[in-house]
Amino acid sequence: MKANNPLIVVRDLSIAFAGAKAVDGLSFTVAAGEVTALVGESGSGKTVSGLSIAGLAPPEARITGRVTLAGADILGRTPRERRLAGHPAVSMVFQDPQAALNPVLTIGEQIVEAVRADGRTGARAAAARALELLDLVRIPEPGRRFSEYPHRLSGGMRQRVVIALALAASPVALVADEPTTALDVTIQAQILQLLIRLKDELGMALLLITHDLGVVAEAADRVLLMRDGRLLEDRGVRDFFDGPRHPYGRALLAARPGRRTRRGPRPRLADTSAPCLIGGEGSGAC
Amino acid sequence: MLTIEKLRVTHRTRNGTVLAVDGVDLTLRRGETLGLVGESGCGKSTLARAVMRLTPPASGRILLDGTDVTRLRGRAAAPFTARVQMVFQDPAASLDPRYTVARAIAEPLLPTVRDAAERARRVAALMDDVGLARALADRLPHQLSGGQRQRVAIARAIAPRPDVVVLDEPVSALDVSLQAQVLNLLVDLQERHGLAYLFIGHDIGVVRHMADRVAVMYLGRIVEIGDWSDVVDEPAHPYTRALMAAAPAANPDAGRAATRTVLAGELPSPFAPPPGCAFHTRCPLAVERCRREAPALRDAADGRRVACHLAPAPSAETNPAQTNPTEANNFRPLRRLP
Ligand SMILES: Nc1ncnc2c1ncn2[C@@H]1O[C@H](COP(=O)(O)OP(=O)(O)OP(=O)(O)O)[C@@H](O)[C@H]1O
Ligand SMILES: Nc1ncnc2c1ncn2[C@@H]1O[C@H](COP(=O)(O)OP(=O)(O)O)[C@@H](O)[C@H]1O
Ligand code: SF4
Ligand SMILES: [Mg+2]
Ligand SMILES: [Mg+2]
Repeated sequence: MKANNPLIVVRDLSIAFAGAKAVDGLSFTVAAGEVTALVGESGSGKTVSGLSIAGLAPPEARITGRVTLAGADILGRTPRERRLAGHPAVSMVFQDPQAALNPVLTIGEQIVEAVRADGRTGARAAAARALELLDLVRIPEPGRRFSEYPHRLSGGMRQRVVIALALAASPVALVADEPTTALDVTIQAQILQLLIRLKDELGMALLLITHDLGVVAEAADRVLLMRDGRLLEDRGVRDFFDGPRHPYGRALLAARPGRRTRRGPRPRLADTSAPCLIGGEGSGAC
Repeated sequence: MLTIEKLRVTHRTRNGTVLAVDGVDLTLRRGETLGLVGESGCGKSTLARAVMRLTPPASGRILLDGTDVTRLRGRAAAPFTARVQMVFQDPAASLDPRYTVARAIAEPLLPTVRDAAERARRVAALMDDVGLARALADRLPHQLSGGQRQRVAIARAIAPRPDVVVLDEPVSALDVSLQAQVLNLLVDLQERHGLAYLFIGHDIGVVRHMADRVAVMYLGRIVEIGDWSDVVDEPAHPYTRALMAAAPAANPDAGRAATRTVLAGELPSPFAPPPGCAFHTRCPLAVERCRREAPALRDAADGRRVACHLAPAPSAETNPAQTNPTEANNFRPLRRLP
């Protein structure tokens, strides 16, 4: 399904901390039913961009620009303010499931609390909905897990719980910030597949933040490449892997291990730190 | 050069005893890189710590050039300690936050290089060797980037001029850009100094790039070991196949998460490992025998070793009793597109 109507429109988003620009004039759109990958090296501004879209940016961040969700202005509003204004929810999933869960509450208590945040759902309905959510994220024996504490779960199961928590608000878009980085390859593949299936089943938009180009190749429909707070590329995923226009994008692809063949020497990995890669088009001469 | 024989390492915890390493045999040859892969909790770090003699093994031996070093302690161990060094996954945690770069690199030299001027010269040379600008000498760890911190950890490891460096997920905490720089550095250092690496990783792409041979571990045991291109690109053991199939594709045409076959389930509890072949609870090829009998690691085709009842022996005709032919048919190594 290629629904190309933009659900989220980001226009000229800038984010500064104590005068230093972390994000500088970012513009892009996120379509419902698609996986849009936000890619870039550490410190490029991926997380703060995602936080701003989800309404979770730290108070010290100075944010300018415009972000609309289905036409409604949402920038600078917290999830609660958005809910009270009647806007649909944008939820966020983080890298570290350990940190995202409360160690002293059971899985069930945490999801029930998230479900009841709308102020309209009764205790019994919330419990039923929590079980439904655990089932939705394919947790085996949801009834038993409901009354367990997070420390009893493996990293992969915890990340499923975190995703269930994010889904409690029935979001139309999910911002997933390195959701598989802390996990093993086998579990990473499970969680990535789960996120994509949920996106399809629930018709959500998925903004997938990652520095792992393997995850991008596997999951993305579109690729947004960032560096130093700026957007360098916005392309379809096959287009991007066929050869990015920007020299930095090309260097990033060549920095990945993976081109080695049985015969011949081990290839050298590209160094992406060359200053000439920071500039724009046409500066890729070195 | 470094030989591990029948190594068993246990951890005692509140919930019981875990056999984290269960009878591992490995050899590391001079100047080679042996990759060690497996899901988290399978025992890779425990094996590494035992090789470093940070954790005493329950049984088995560690030999360095034929000398048993398993139980050497104190002064007798010093020459061997210098020859085997380690780099940990998290450079922030492995560096003392109060030590400057220069002091951190000088520290492992203290026992052998007594002269301060000579030591300073060696520190400067090591900083050049690992690509750290001299201007960083007085910085503290928190004033360095992740890549720079890992360079300091590498400089510390190679300072005593070791023959073997155990690298436990040395680039897992780094993004692709820094990772490429550190991997290039490790390759250069190996060529320059003839180092042998035991390279532990969970990123298959990284291990594929670095390793000469690859060993695959599952619940404390080696299940497959062989030439890197055999093990990674044409895995034979059902677990290796599942592991390699889970690795993210190089480009969108090589695989998409939405449609791929994903290995279901998780690593069973190491407190109660399944009987027989430990992988039988997740193995798509498991037969009755797998539930009863643990397969030994034995020679298979093309010089690799595989621990699976269904793996055909190198000369299947001369040994027909080993496997039944229909089972062996399911067992063709899987070829993956690069
Ligand atoms: N609360 C904050 N206060 C001050 N500076 C911040 C804050 N949060 C982020 N920054 C800065 O903003 C820039 C972008 O950070 P961000 O976390 O978005 O990077 P990222 O692309 O997500 O990196 P990574 O891949 O390491 O997670 C960085 O220079 C960072 O130091
Ligand atoms: N210090 C320890 N105390 C108790 N159990 C441990 C300790 N270190 C590791 N283990 C257990 O030993 C097994 C192997 O762990 P580890 O060697 O860290 O695996 P890996 O490095 O492959 O992820 C796991 O079951 C783990 O929980
Ligand atoms: S021995 Fe049996 S269970 Fe184990 S890997 Fe081989 S086929 Fe699978
Ligand atoms: Mg981030
Ligand atoms: Mg480990």
